[in-house]
Amino acid sequence: MEFLLTPASVLLLFAFFFIGSVGAVFIERLFSDNGKMAGFWGHGFALLGSLLGLAISVSVLFFGQGIAFTLPTVFPNFLLDFRLDGIAAFFFGIISLVSALASIYGFGYQKHFYGKYRLGVFSFFYNAFIASLLLVPIANHALFFLLAWELMSVASYFLVVFENQKEENIKAGFLYFLMTHFGTVFVMIAFFLAYKATGSFLFDDWRAATGTITPLIQGIIFGAALIGFGTKAGIIPLHIWLPEAHPAAPSHVSALMSGVMVKTALFMLFRFFFDFFPGAPMEWGLVIILIGSLSALLGILYALSENDIKRLLAFSTVENVGIILLGLGAGVTFFSIGLESFALFSLAAALYHTLNHAIFKSLLFLGAGSVVEATGTRNMESYGGLIKLLPFTAGFFLVGSLAISAFPPFNGFASEWLTFQSLFIGMTSAEMIIKVVFFIAIGSLVFTSGLAAACFVKTFGATFLARPRTEEAKNAKEVSVFMLLPMGILALLSFLLGINATTVVASLIAIIASIGLIRPVTLQFPFSEFIQARADFAAILPLESIALLLGLVFLLSFGAIWFVTRSRKIVVGPTWDCGTPLGPRGEITSGSFSRSLVTIFRGILRPTRQSTVEYHDEDMRYFIKSQEIRTSMSDPYRKGIYQPIGVVLHFLASQARRIQSGNVNMYILYLFLTLIILLLWATHV
Amino acid sequence: MNTLLFIFQLLIVPALSPLGIGFIRKVKARMQNRVGASVFQPYRDLWKLFQKDEVISEDASWIFRFSPYLIFAITILIGASIPVIAAVPVALDFLPSFSFLPAGDFLVIIYLFALMTFFLALSGMDTGSAFGGFGSSREMMVAALAEAGLLFSLLAVSVTAESGNVVAMVGNLQYLPLQALFPLLIAFLAFIIALLAENARFPVDNPATHLELTMIHEAMILEHSGKRLALMEWAAANKLLIFILLAVNLFFPWGVSLSYDSFSGLLVSTLLVVGKSAILLFGIAFLESTMAKFRIFRVPDLLLTSFVLGVIALAISITF
Amino acid sequence: MYRLLRKIALTAKVVVPEKELLLLDTETLGQELSSSIKKLFQGSLSIREVAAGSSNAEEQELTALSNSYYDIERFGIRFVASPRHADMLFVSGPVSRNMTEGLRRTYAATPDPKIVVAIGDGAIDGGVYRDSYGVWNSVSDVIPVDFQIPGDPPSPKVVLASLLKILRETEKSTDVSSENK
Repeated sequence: MEFLLTPASVLLLFAFFFIGSVGAVFIERLFSDNGKMAGFWGHGFALLGSLLGLAISVSVLFFGQGIAFTLPTVFPNFLLDFRLDGIAAFFFGIISLVSALASIYGFGYQKHFYGKYRLGVFSFFYNAFIASLLLVPIANHALFFLLAWELMSVASYFLVVFENQKEENIKAGFLYFLMTHFGTVFVMIAFFLAYKATGSFLFDDWRAATGTITPLIQGIIFGAALIGFGTKAGIIPLHIWLPEAHPAAPSHVSALMSGVMVKTALFMLFRFFFDFFPGAPMEWGLVIILIGSLSALLGILYALSENDIKRLLAFSTVENVGIILLGLGAGVTFFSIGLESFALFSLAAALYHTLNHAIFKSLLFLGAGSVVEATGTRNMESYGGLIKLLPFTAGFFLVGSLAISAFPPFNGFASEWLTFQSLFIGMTSAEMIIKVVFFIAIGSLVFTSGLAAACFVKTFGATFLARPRTEEAKNAKEVSVFMLLPMGILALLSFLLGINATTVVASLIAIIASIGLIRPVTLQFPFSEFIQARADFAAILPLESIALLLGLVFLLSFGAIWFVTRSRKIVVGPTWDCGTPLGPRGEITSGSFSRSLVTIFRGILRPTRQSTVEYHDEDMRYFIKSQEIRTSMSDPYRKGIYQPIGVVLHFLASQARRIQSGNVNMYILYLFLTLIILLLWATHV
Repeated sequence: MNTLLFIFQLLIVPALSPLGIGFIRKVKARMQNRVGASVFQPYRDLWKLFQKDEVISEDASWIFRFSPYLIFAITILIGASIPVIAAVPVALDFLPSFSFLPAGDFLVIIYLFALMTFFLALSGMDTGSAFGGFGSSREMMVAALAEAGLLFSLLAVSVTAESGNVVAMVGNLQYLPLQALFPLLIAFLAFIIALLAENARFPVDNPATHLELTMIHEAMILEHSGKRLALMEWAAANKLLIFILLAVNLFFPWGVSLSYDSFSGLLVSTLLVVGKSAILLFGIAFLESTMAKFRIFRVPDLLLTSFVLGVIALAISITF
Repeated sequence: MYRLLRKIALTAKVVVPEKELLLLDTETLGQELSSSIKKLFQGSLSIREVAAGSSNAEEQELTALSNSYYDIERFGIRFVASPRHADMLFVSGPVSRNMTEGLRRTYAATPDPKIVVAIGDGAIDGGVYRDSYGVWNSVSDVIPVDFQIPGDPPSPKVVLASLLKILRETEKSTDVSSENK
């Protein structure tokens, strides 16, 4: 047990991933079994590494003692500084847990690739990806962090374009590559400004330098960090890569990207606003809340209009990131106006939602992956009736849908309840601007949760219920136990994390307090019957009580009704169809289910509709021979923001191209001129 | 004693809810110059349905078979957690985990109702009939938009009463001066619109229609028969009674007893609650007899009005 | 609005009293219901109307049953939209060939215990459409029929009185053979 708290265990962890990645490539060359051995090797070592990571994070959190060490490199300014404190261990734990379960899933999923793609290469990038995901929270040096961040982006890029026989995956990968580097530029701006202000790349020095940085520089750092990490987290309007890249990747990688990779960005935002540069002015908190409200509402609206199951889940990630940002922004706001205990509470809500989202989003992505595997398509319009053919997948997916729609007694409800409470507190504060922003946030959150429930009724209903709509759906078979086991564990965790809400919240508050910034103090709340003013917060939302009572009432009523009606028969017959035979076209489809909501929100969503008509007689145009109607959603971000930027950049680049004459002598002249100018400048300054 | 109160709270709402529905139907009949069925007719309907066999669609899965029980159980749980004739949190002495107090938090109530709507919509889609699917789609549209008005109106009450639990709210509101309760009038309007939307009454939905294209709630239960139909109808009646009780006890809390000890207090409380509920039920029946159902795409305008009223009520209550 | 409400309040009820209905001498052809079924449906009965190739005359008469003169609701009887909710099927018309499958499915979709009533002369033996090529001639050729209410079409009073007679306990013996039309 003591071993887990030493630097050696961390190094062993990364050694596992190294062996997993490099070894898989070699094994693929050695064996010629379509990569089966390489896949098992890669997924197996990823599983081992993740389990070790989980053990490390649990011991750090349990014993309350962090790990910190430094490895020197050949460069004087570049140190491999590792630091695993409470918050980092928390994220480390989430990442390890989801990676472990995704790796188990991978054992069953990898047969998807036999013969078509090279599993050795996949395992290489898969292990590199998870290793970089684990490096991000633990890195304590800015350059080291950037190295890990870039490794994460590159590894995930290769995983996104892994199924390269499909054209759209390549395009999605390219967009992802562009956007993630766009974000990295802003992250680098933030880091280099901080370096300039504090003189060091070490995060520890930044923590010590609080208060010495001018507000202007601090503001620019915050803005750059927000844009840079926001791109990775998927806030509106920087989200356009998310619905393209997350579905393109293999399903367990999608689970990792959506459930875990966006969390690393949120982790760094947390670090920036509370660890490195605490005391951000109130306006930043309000800005974060507004961004969160917008992302939450727009994210779920776009999810509602989708018919591709993985794109829908990707947009739902945008929505949940918005909800996490609501908690984060509320924390920043409260901290800036001196309400430290409420800040603690809001941050606990944000972290709780982070944990919950990682769990249920991974569950949903793994479930979607199973459905895609069984039917061969991502289009929800061709599913149907799968609950009878894939009963376990359906059951786990149902738990995931209940959790993400925030229904008691699951974990999604607990974290949304906490977020609501923290917003209610802010709403009663003294300043008008805070009141207004929190009002907007509450309105956005309540619409979001209502629309999320509608979205997941549509998803679950169109996918699993009623009759199969196509041949593929009729022939679907339940997936292997390797794919079912992680889903089952995640479903169980959703339930357990919900009914143990009080324990989880108390632990989270202790974790945040361990930064040393905010002391856990007793809270007096303006209202809320069972958050009592106790330092251990043990009375928050006893969801297990609600679950118990619901179970009791259910059993009692079931028993009573069974007793009264025990002699009644049940006859199974066809669906009432007004006397005409019902085919699969008589059912509601996923597109038509959400059509009414899309129509209501058409100002925001801008649905388009194209109709092509063919007449029997083109001159008379009375009798129609055939008509084709296409409905789709327009993408305002690409048309309104990114394409104009692209046009401008293209214009500037083509202007700059003029100096590229192709003549070597001209280039030598340019070099010469530049050298002269620099020398003159250096001598003058 | 506590066990008896526990059982009483569990049973009071399901026992009285068919009477509420019967009363509304009787008033509507009288306004149409008919005699109408007796106010106890829904009890007879339920009793008959429990004695009929069922026909279940072959396309339906376990969700169809399981949902009516869950939906019914949720309405009983919520009914036990709201103040009916007394605003007292009841828990079992020997098993303190079995307490109705946590389920009385207004957010929990809203989300439990949303859970009920979720399963109702799923069971509508489960049989693969076009009516059920359509009904589910519209139900989710109405529920998603009505939740905002409902939450804001209850939040306005919560801020005024300085508590998140409906049982405590009733107690706190009774001691406030009248002018502090002014924003509650506006919140009451928002709540009434949400009540009409969530319970499938006019002008959002017609509970007595036979035309499938004008149904929302009815469309989802077209495939149910026998005991499952009885449970769905009973659950809908429970939901209506719960909303009515919340409307009369939260927004007009005077007279609600604060303990189960005093018999005279309970008697006064019962009479007042019955009287207030009767007025509200009469109002609903009157509304249904004098106006037409809205076209489906006019309903979001109504629900947004409820949202705006809720926002105004909340803004007033936190400013003063 | 005020004038309307005043009118509602002041208009006297004109509903047909129950005694008058029970005294009406109607002939409902069919077997007597078992006593347990009578008890089951006496307080509450749901009817689903199926038009199987009828001339709509019967349906016109049936819509009058819900008005303020006949007021069928006061007996606990109501019309429902889905056969799954129904206890009794009112079938009218001589069952055109196209409606065969529809009628059979409706019958299968109604849960037990159920009662089938053939209403109108067309449903009983074909009426004016008798022996046409497009009809079955009688509902009992397609689904089992429990009661028949003759008439072309039977007036709402006759239908209501017949219903009450079917549902209530009768003192006199079952005399099902008289041919009064």
